Amino acid sequence: MTCSEFLALLDDLIDDSVNTETRTELERHLHGCEHCEVTFNTTRKTIEIYRSHEIYELPTSLRERLHAAIMARCKKGC
Amino acid sequence: METIQPIAGENEQHPDVALVARVRDGDVSAYDTLVRKYERQIFRIAQHITQNREDAEDVMQDAFLKAYEKLDQFQGNSKFYTWLVRIAVNESLMRLRKRRTGKMVSIDEDVETEEGSVPRDLADWAPDPEQNYTQSELAEILRKTIQGLPQGFRIVFVLRDVEGLSTEETADTLGLSIPAVKSRLLRARLQLRERLSRYFRRKKGGEK
Ligand SMILES: [Zn+2]
Repeated sequence: MTCSEFLALLDDLIDDSVNTETRTELERHLHGCEHCEVTFNTTRKTIEIYRSHEIYELPTSLRERLHAAIMARCKKGC
Repeated sequence: METIQPIAGENEQHPDVALVARVRDGDVSAYDTLVRKYERQIFRIAQHITQNREDAEDVMQDAFLKAYEKLDQFQGNSKFYTWLVRIAVNESLMRLRKRRTGKMVSIDEDVETEEGSVPRDLADWAPDPEQNYTQSELAEILRKTIQGLPQGFRIVFVLRDVEGLSTEETADTLGLSIPAVKSRLLRARLQLRERLSRYFRRKKGGEK
């Protein structure tokens, strides 16, 4: 397997949507290729960081205000 | 020990289905529950697309009001949440168009780039790179980095990786083909990775 073949399947590997046979091949490439190993680990980390950090916080006071405004208009039948 | 736990099966109804039915029967409090459940996500999506706090507030309100008005048109064959997200995405794009009058705004904008399609910066990252920054520094880095992505990549990444929609749901929500979603997702992930490397790369010995 070449690096570009690996890269083409990177997302499927990250999303765990490869069959056992392909996974074995991908893992074999990973063991022997530092470039792809770094790419794989840091890409996975990128996703994890974005998933676990709230970068657009909705403060409670604002949230309550918006919520109340929405419900007030819905009760009037919009 | 004798109670038999219901087994979650494929036919099990999503809890939103019952709530939507109650709203249709005129129970506004059921809609209150739905709004509470999804307001944070909708606000976040609107922020990611409009990149403007006031617009995101407006989009959030308009999306929930529109969904309420149009609830009769909601087909049970998609999830309420995905349907709501689609409304929020459209409202956000409409806002952007209003701001940039005359300039067409679409999710196809700026996707003709090869950046990030081949990883260049291959420096490995520190073991827990985010720990070198305070929460607010980190949030700023993450915001700046994702804001630099082309719109069409950013939306796909946000829906798929941050909000957890499936590839199919993302394609459906954005009116894109599945291969288009996949190719944008890969490039979005690689570009973000490359841009974050500047902050997260392993420092050479001694260097702080
Ligand atoms: Zn390789």
